[in-house]
Amino acid sequence: MIASRTQHATRSTSHSIPGPDDIHREVLPNGITVLSRANFNSPSVVISGTVTSGNLFEADDKLGLAGFACSGLMRGAAKRDMQQIYDALESVGAGFGYDSGAHTSGFSGRSLAEDLPLLLNVLSETIQFPAFPKDQVERLRAQLLTGLGIRAQDTSDMAGLIFDEILFEGHPYSRPDDGWPETIQAITRKDLRDFHRNTFGPRGMVIAVVGAVEPKRAVDLVQRALGGWKNPAQAERPEVPGQGPPRKTKRRVHKIAGKSQSDLVIGTIGPKRKDPEFLAASLGNSVLGQFGMMGRIGDVVREKSGLAYYASSSLSAGFGPGVWDVSAGVNPLNVQKAADLIVSELKRFVKDGVTKQELRDSQDNYVGRLPLSLESNGGVTGALLNIERYDLGLDYYREYAGKVRAVTRQEVQAAAAKFIDPQRLAIAIAGP
Amino acid sequence: MKKDYKKTTLSNGLTVFLKEIHTAPLVSSWVWYRVGSKDETTGRTGISHWTEHMQFKGTPKFPAKILDKAVSRDGGFWNAFTYMDWTTYFETMPADKIDLALRLEADRMTNSLFPPREVASERTVIISEREGSENEPLFRLGEAITHAAFRVHPYHHEILGDKADLRTMTREDLYQHYKTYYVPNNAVMAVAGDFDTQSMLARIRELFEPIPAGATPPRLARHEPQQAGELTLNVEGPGETTYLQVAYRFPAASHPDFYALSVLDSLLAGPSSLNMFGGGISNRTSRLYRALVEKEFAVGVSGGAAATVDPYLYTFTLTVHPKRNPQEALAALDAEIARVREARVAKAEITRAIKQARAIFAYGSESITNQGFWMGYSEMFANYNWFLTYLDQLAAVTPADVQRVASATFRPQSRVVGTYLPTKAKETQ
Repeated sequence: MIASRTQHATRSTSHSIPGPDDIHREVLPNGITVLSRANFNSPSVVISGTVTSGNLFEADDKLGLAGFACSGLMRGAAKRDMQQIYDALESVGAGFGYDSGAHTSGFSGRSLAEDLPLLLNVLSETIQFPAFPKDQVERLRAQLLTGLGIRAQDTSDMAGLIFDEILFEGHPYSRPDDGWPETIQAITRKDLRDFHRNTFGPRGMVIAVVGAVEPKRAVDLVQRALGGWKNPAQAERPEVPGQGPPRKTKRRVHKIAGKSQSDLVIGTIGPKRKDPEFLAASLGNSVLGQFGMMGRIGDVVREKSGLAYYASSSLSAGFGPGVWDVSAGVNPLNVQKAADLIVSELKRFVKDGVTKQELRDSQDNYVGRLPLSLESNGGVTGALLNIERYDLGLDYYREYAGKVRAVTRQEVQAAAAKFIDPQRLAIAIAGP
Repeated sequence: MKKDYKKTTLSNGLTVFLKEIHTAPLVSSWVWYRVGSKDETTGRTGISHWTEHMQFKGTPKFPAKILDKAVSRDGGFWNAFTYMDWTTYFETMPADKIDLALRLEADRMTNSLFPPREVASERTVIISEREGSENEPLFRLGEAITHAAFRVHPYHHEILGDKADLRTMTREDLYQHYKTYYVPNNAVMAVAGDFDTQSMLARIRELFEPIPAGATPPRLARHEPQQAGELTLNVEGPGETTYLQVAYRFPAASHPDFYALSVLDSLLAGPSSLNMFGGGISNRTSRLYRALVEKEFAVGVSGGAAATVDPYLYTFTLTVHPKRNPQEALAALDAEIARVREARVAKAEITRAIKQARAIFAYGSESITNQGFWMGYSEMFANYNWFLTYLDQLAAVTPADVQRVASATFRPQSRVVGTYLPTKAKETQ
């Protein structure tokens, strides 16, 4: 009975995956790339995008500037103060905000489809004409400093921060995105204004609009909102240096008194998103610490030993050197035991690779979960931005199953061996 | 909201909701049991949550690892949640693979094994889950407040349970709990997505109807007596940040005042999204953000209630500004609460709250998982009609209603005020 639905399901699968026939892509004269795809199943719309700003533009003594500036964009613009901006958004149940990454600063928002012009208007005003009002800058600074106080007490955040410090020693990625209390204190209004003027601009900007709007109309609305934006002062994207793994395993413990659980991160440098090994490494990572109940790592650390509520591996790949790591939250008395188990799983992974069945399971999972990941407007905007960011091609998701199925066990093992040397790991622990 | 769903009850008492949605080739299947931490007695706290964990440890037909891998292999997304009033299990799968989820749920409704070795290993996993939560100041403060607010009613203890009980409960305790509450006449099944109702119902009958009904599960009837005066408490712990939580008594979700209180929540603290998949919006123009954050008494403020079977709490959470003490922040909060009790809100503020709710509903409707969630979830504390008529009910709220419920709810005599005092800051003073 249920099988009778298969044909229907297969038919709708091809329609549910974005491709060249339903993604509209257009580059505006000032350099902004617009991607749009219609979805009239729900009366809502999502916008999301990036500009070529980000943490890499920060000086060492002003760390956290990119995040400070992004939050500051929403604190008042030339024509409207913060309350007026948020009043426009919240009165119609819309949401909009900015965040910063290493290489880009991002924005995203959503509203009912009827309010898309309002959403784009807020984007246009805040991204081009932020005022960084003095009182708001100080209020924001207090909020950021409180956030850093909370971070200092968070075992997971601190383990991640220490991990980046030791893995990326000497590299810009070693610096914490949110900065330090002293660097946040050092940032002036002039720094915020200069950072905005020098790094925000239409060149390299990408915006995706997905939801209950015709793509042509979406492009017209973006053109109307941002087509006149020019910034001759916009700086070029900085080069990112490469980074190899540590010469030998480096371990650092960060004490946070009074905590009942420790967090542990163990890992190394992973592939860039555009490296040829990326997909093989990603599937290998799924076997290692994702598939089912967190893969082999979850099986050994959680299921067999009962040492942790969570234990999994992840692969973060972007423009620069990536990170391949395993993290777990464990009782402070069990840190060494968990670390030993994880390192021995990494050794096994590098030495023996994955079995045919394990690879097949993860391949099935990657292919099978695609419709779910593209179900919401937010999921589709993420996919469109991914396509643009890494030049994947508009047919990437339509061809995805074939690419995933083509990966071999040998390729997974070669990727594991290329990136993971169990003698050269970074190990970070934060806890009591 | 369209009422395009089918509700039926099988001969063994299992209630089934089916809703066809053909926007994506996905189906989301949920099974809800009316059992949660409010069904637990001293010595057994946390047993519902632990039982939920054990439901992933296999049956003779679906041994633990097989089950886990089978769902993942098919590209499914599955999880379970335990709450005060209920426990739920869901799978969202490609439409042509949903049969696996139906077979799995029918099987583990009655055939879970609870192997002793797995009980032992899960004991430490759950203690670890609790220790992870204890790292968070707001978990510790929230636990203390709930405990103070409910001396008699079983909402008083954490869903995760107390460590004393987590260390001592036995496999037999867990299995008995499972056998008592996991019966079809204590469950609601909700399936939403890309299927044909008739075929789906036939398949559900085939799989679930052979499961015999059980005895009606027992319920604790321990009503909380009226609170006679404000309670205050402090929790001390590591950190640099002071938090303040103020919890008021709040009616059950099925109470007619819930809608007026939702409007009040929206304009005071920003609209809460009860969606599990779909999210909410910011609260920068809410009265409390303007009065507390913009005036630098707090660096963040939020407020919200839970939809519960019995009366529970509405809690304001303030992250106190480093330049202020908690008393100053509380005084600023009290001034706003007095305002909403004493002066009638404008009709425009209600209209705004309704538009916000409409948008949040639209965001939630993008997700088939969320639509399946609502059918079962609303049945746990009221009924699905509660969800379907929610926006209409909000539209009927008047300014006088809002003032009346504000006066009735925000009474200082029936609140608990809790402060998290960071020991690091105290030591350096």
